[in-house]
Amino acid sequence: MRKYLFILVLAGAILLLGSVALAQDVVKFGAAEPMTGAMAVGGELCWRGYELALEQTPTVLGKKIELILVDNKSEKVDAANAVSRLIERDGVVAVFVSYGSGMAIPGGEVANKAGIPLISGTATNPLVTQGKEYVFRACFIDPFQGQVMAQYAYETLGFRKSALLVDIAQDYSVGLANFYKRTFEQLGGEIVSDTKYNTGDQDFSAQLSQIIASGAEALFFPGYFGDVALIAIQGRELGFTGQYLGGDTLHNPVLVDLAKEAAEGLIASTFFAEDQPATPESEKFAKLFREKYNLAPDAVSILCYDSFNLLVDAIERANSFDPVAIKDALAATKDFQGAGGSITIDENGDAIKPAVLVKIVNGDYKYEATVYP
Amino acid sequence: MTINLLLQNIANGLSLGSLYSLIAIGYTMVYGILRLINFAHGEIFMLAPYFLYFGVLIFHLPWWASAIVAIGLTAFTGMLSERIAYKPLRDAPRISALISAIGVSFFLQNLSIVVFSGIPKSVHRPAFFTKIFQFGEIRIQSTLFASIGVSIIFLSLLIYIIYQTKTGLAMRAISRDIETSRLMGVGVNRAISVTFIIGSALAAVGGILWSLRFPQIVPTMGIIPGLKAFIAAVVGGIGSIPGAMLGGFILGMSEILFVTFFPAMSGYRDAFVFFILIIILLLKPDGILGTKVQEKV
Repeated sequence: MRKYLFILVLAGAILLLGSVALAQDVVKFGAAEPMTGAMAVGGELCWRGYELALEQTPTVLGKKIELILVDNKSEKVDAANAVSRLIERDGVVAVFVSYGSGMAIPGGEVANKAGIPLISGTATNPLVTQGKEYVFRACFIDPFQGQVMAQYAYETLGFRKSALLVDIAQDYSVGLANFYKRTFEQLGGEIVSDTKYNTGDQDFSAQLSQIIASGAEALFFPGYFGDVALIAIQGRELGFTGQYLGGDTLHNPVLVDLAKEAAEGLIASTFFAEDQPATPESEKFAKLFREKYNLAPDAVSILCYDSFNLLVDAIERANSFDPVAIKDALAATKDFQGAGGSITIDENGDAIKPAVLVKIVNGDYKYEATVYP
Repeated sequence: MTINLLLQNIANGLSLGSLYSLIAIGYTMVYGILRLINFAHGEIFMLAPYFLYFGVLIFHLPWWASAIVAIGLTAFTGMLSERIAYKPLRDAPRISALISAIGVSFFLQNLSIVVFSGIPKSVHRPAFFTKIFQFGEIRIQSTLFASIGVSIIFLSLLIYIIYQTKTGLAMRAISRDIETSRLMGVGVNRAISVTFIIGSALAAVGGILWSLRFPQIVPTMGIIPGLKAFIAAVVGGIGSIPGAMLGGFILGMSEILFVTFFPAMSGYRDAFVFFILIIILLLKPDGILGTKVQEKV
């Protein structure tokens, strides 16, 4: 009897030790993305990028990677709470808050205070990384993007009158439009109509009628692609014949699917063009993405994929899971070969990378030009 | 501002207003009879274009057949929501039913996100609905004529049902006093079910027309139109069907005209609409066509 008891205790002890050892073999990454709410689409696209990256790289330094997803509900306050939950309750070594500058700003604030590295794949507003040692990003920032688009509209396309339709509820849209406006006016162009809307609005007829009456040759609308699809359709219905211009959020096959022929000819600044692969990684990503989702790769998925790999690369170079060491390794990233182009992190934690312009031709995004910083 | 821009925007305002009024009628009907603000109305509105979308995509139904099935299914969902979430609370304090309505709204919306996914879907538009009518420089989408036509048909149908049929008589009786009607042997449950079926069918028609005007469907698409239609119903005098229609047009028109006259302030469009609501309610607490309800002692 006593012998059995001994065996039982021994077995229990082994099980216990085993599970402890198992727990140590896992390293946790956190992701706080908008899975519900106005930006649920972006969260879903981004999640595909992480998912694919995790499949490709399931372990780091011999430990299995566990990626914990928390919904930030497309809300600023929930984004801050989601990040603190991931850090305090789940004990993650690093956090991703990629989609939506509005959520990445408060999320970054929390992570920076806690001393946990945070990477944002697609938040392009300058405030995301400003003054935050622990916050990095895999994309370029809006001043650069806005400048590129304004220059292209004025110099290459030869437009002198441009209109703006800005989503005032999104830091992203407001920031990008301001930088576009500044450069376009500096070059000598005129902003003939500066109208606004709120995320999720569906009727844009009044703003568009105003824009058409102003005689604008180009319309810059740096919003989320769902809203922009409706703007593009209504614009053509109301008789707008000018050029549509936008930022990276418009590089998304769903936009073409929604707006159909109304989106033809739209030019957007983005991070990669499938028909002009920037790195061998880009080709690999496009192939894997098509196999897994049977869809054309989009900018959001590719940048979220890159952020994941950026973190893995930093952990490997640091050879440690210590947040400070990871942060230092991330800050020292140089010529990292991402799927969305080569990434070098500058002193602010922003990625230095060229902008690629794409144009919608026959329902596909075609490479138009590359603009270097 | 040119006269053309103004005329174009008046057309835009009518177009938006006609859609608001269709949705507002459903709100006002349910309120008029049950004194319940059915906050799930916006979600019922959102379900119809989804049913239509899947009818065409999965079951390969012709567009018109799918639209009929979608209206039927949506009306059924509306009736079901009443049976499950409101009927057991009929004798509870009014606030409980209101909270239950908000619950149904969130439930349907989040269920749709899970089932249909949050990615917007494009809407197939039959040739007639992509047509643009051009009068000089004014361009009008064919959905405007469709929604005004549909509104007139449904309004006459509604007036017929309410004033000429037995069910309509029951509805009117219930709106006066539900307890007494029940004691008098009025089929309360049936009349209420019919109310929800009609209200939801109207929301479905509104939803389908809305998706033809703004060809994109997403599970959150019902929130703002639902709220705006609610405001339209209140402005017009909640419980009054002509009031709801009038309110819808006032709301659509004031939104568009606000942007027309103050394009730089177009971001404050919704703030302005809610401001209008407050002003109208301060001046006329029962809405424009509302009647003062005498509290029984």
